[in-house]
Amino acid sequence: MTQTLNRKKAPAIIDTASLHLSLPPYRHFKLNNGVDVYAIHGGTQDVFQAEWVFYAGNSYETSNNVAPATNNLLKNGTKKHSAFELNEQFEYYGAYLTRACYNETAVINLSGLNKHLESLLPVVRELITEAVFPEEELAIFTQNAKQRLLVNLKKCDYVANRLIDAQLYGEAHPYGKYSRAEDYDALTAEQLRQFYQTYYQEGKCVLFLAGLLPDNLELLLNNYFGDLPLKGAAPEKVYPLAPAAQKKSRIQNDPDGVQGAIRLARPFPNRHHPDFQKVQVLNNVFGGFFGSRLMSNIREDKGYTYGIYSYIQNHIGDTAWAISTEAGTGVCEATVQEVYKEMNILREELIDDEELQLVRNFMMGSLLGDLDGPFQVMSRWKNIILNNLDEAYFNRSIEVIKTISAQELRDLAQKYLVDEDFYEMVVV
Amino acid sequence: MVHFDRFTLANGLRVLVHPDLSTPMAVVNVMYDVGAKDEDPAKTGFAHLFEHLMFGGSINIPEYDDPLQMAGGENNAYTTNDLTNYYIQLPAENLETAFWLESDRMLSLAFSKKSLEVQRKVVSEEFKEHYLNKPYGDVWHKMRELAYKEHPYKWMTIGRELSHIENATLEDVKAFFFKHYRPINAILVVAGNVTTEKVKALAEKWFGDIPSGEKYVRALPVEKPQQEHRRLELKSNVPLDAFYRTYHMAGRLHREYYTADLISEVLSGGGSSRLFQSLVKEKQLFSNIDCYHFGSVDPGLLTISGKLVQGVKMEDAEKAIEEELDKLKQEGITEAELEKVKNKTESMIAFEDMSVMNRAGSLAFYELLGDPNRMKHELEHYSSVTREEILESSRRLFDNNNANTIHYFREN
Repeated sequence: MTQTLNRKKAPAIIDTASLHLSLPPYRHFKLNNGVDVYAIHGGTQDVFQAEWVFYAGNSYETSNNVAPATNNLLKNGTKKHSAFELNEQFEYYGAYLTRACYNETAVINLSGLNKHLESLLPVVRELITEAVFPEEELAIFTQNAKQRLLVNLKKCDYVANRLIDAQLYGEAHPYGKYSRAEDYDALTAEQLRQFYQTYYQEGKCVLFLAGLLPDNLELLLNNYFGDLPLKGAAPEKVYPLAPAAQKKSRIQNDPDGVQGAIRLARPFPNRHHPDFQKVQVLNNVFGGFFGSRLMSNIREDKGYTYGIYSYIQNHIGDTAWAISTEAGTGVCEATVQEVYKEMNILREELIDDEELQLVRNFMMGSLLGDLDGPFQVMSRWKNIILNNLDEAYFNRSIEVIKTISAQELRDLAQKYLVDEDFYEMVVV
Repeated sequence: MVHFDRFTLANGLRVLVHPDLSTPMAVVNVMYDVGAKDEDPAKTGFAHLFEHLMFGGSINIPEYDDPLQMAGGENNAYTTNDLTNYYIQLPAENLETAFWLESDRMLSLAFSKKSLEVQRKVVSEEFKEHYLNKPYGDVWHKMRELAYKEHPYKWMTIGRELSHIENATLEDVKAFFFKHYRPINAILVVAGNVTTEKVKALAEKWFGDIPSGEKYVRALPVEKPQQEHRRLELKSNVPLDAFYRTYHMAGRLHREYYTADLISEVLSGGGSSRLFQSLVKEKQLFSNIDCYHFGSVDPGLLTISGKLVQGVKMEDAEKAIEEELDKLKQEGITEAELEKVKNKTESMIAFEDMSVMNRAGSLAFYELLGDPNRMKHELEHYSSVTREEILESSRRLFDNNNANTIHYFREN
């Protein structure tokens, strides 16, 4: 006897807010020189990912682009090897060595097969101790970076991102400054070498490793990095904010442009503020995921855009709450108005139970999915550690997702989603 | 090694189960054997349009995303010239929600006028965002038309022209759906914290009664071997001159696919690769250069493209690339280079297999190609490639009569 299937009725679900979610712990130890190491052992594949995080981001440079140029050119020549030879040493073992420069930190990231880890560590050591920054490598870097910039400056989204940050923080602030061709021209190899010595050779470094890690990890890392003159503390830097007086800008960048890049943003406190985690929930309701208000209205109902999102910028210091989209030139202003309309609804009306439940469940499911495997767990920990937070912060964020009320969300909307506080930028 | 079970429902739906109890999540992946190559040349962009319409509600469920998000799930989809793939990740406890949603949209879509109208606009904005409003955004549209005269790879997934989507009627859309999105043309992969018994029961329950549909038998025109070097000059408001060159290469199941893949790695897979070292670093003719392909099921295009350093003449840049290719055709590669690209492939495969989501997608793809066990043997295919094969392949591949070149100039 088969039962007729009722396709209109959803199968029962386990409320994901009822799940117990915790962050799997890391192992922590210090190298002989005091460098902190965080490691997560696990996974199914014989691979690893290792990250050397230096406090060498653009907050520490004294002229534009010194930090990213130094970071990029770390592997373009050492006392013993040319750029080509260094690349070969990583690539021969099928390993990937990437670098990236952020606001506070700059990283060297190495990933590959476990069986080659020990062959690769001495090469990373060489990059941290013996990079030489050859003139001709800098010249090629400069030329290519300038060309990349030229291409990017044709893109409305790239231009809008630069300009909105400059408005929010001021152009002298590390979060607000941007590169110009002349900044690249002004770079000298000597500047890079000095920056390297201060912030890499003798800077502050923290190590993060994840994967099926070898038993002798501590010994291995001490062998290659435990004797380096690295420091335990990062240099203090304080930058005053210098936000623009004019909040609304409309810019014509490309006369042939068929879309405008729209950015709206307001200053927002960082992760240490008591509202921060609560606002994450409100942000999801507003524009944080596919089912958000902005997406439902502006994409799914009006078809103005391919996608629209809101988010809190991932900054350690001052930060911002931002909305970002690209829309047809004819509907840019209408899109901006719809964003304000959605802000107004959040200020005036309580979110109903079903929507709030949906957002809670979505956020919990998403967190659960994000913790899949050692690399993801490490990346979550890294974010917590580099922001000077701890496990309690993670647990608190789960608690907030599960318990925040519609009333609290409306209060937060009234406090933060205020039209006059937002900077507006439309770049065509 | 990826373990899986496989069975077929009476209506022809193929089901693969890959249990991995180390994760609390489950992945449900539905791959339809339809891509842009299956479209009517006068109505292109439909497979991709469906990627959007599939989220506009199905016959019994008005909203796709809300119930899924309520169950803690996330989903997305992509369309290529070969296939369409829909995937969901959600807490394993709520697995049945994914079955409910996916089976209902396989049963039938809601086909609402409003959904079609809105998604037409959204696709138009997507078209503008990626192909009109970005420098060099039109180059693949032109390159496909240049390189393919017969095969439907000659248009992009987004469609040949926006008017095809703008003029799509509900009737067109329905016909396309019932032709392609049927159990007989679909593959369901369930992976993660699941058991085969449970998946079997759920598959029977939710997909078992969907009409099988008619097997779509593909009869695509075959591209004739190219007989002469084709060239095109473009000029537009871009900041730098750019060079694009494609060569017809073997399809996904051919032995020469693997050699071509390794050749692209030798040429541009990283800082020690040939084109990068010679043309970006030593000769400084290009500010960047890449060699890649799209892994197409039918014979595809191996591409070399790069932006010229300002002031460099297009002829000089082109000649330097050809010299590198000639060197490859005459001398082949060294044992160390071969070892290097094989190591890299090994590591790439290991990283790809890290996530349950990727494993589910790969299983579906290999089933689509005809044999899911092939996934276990990919590395062997690469490992067995010899230097001689690379040499012979590069001679066939980099034949001048097999080349398509676009010189993309900036307007002054």
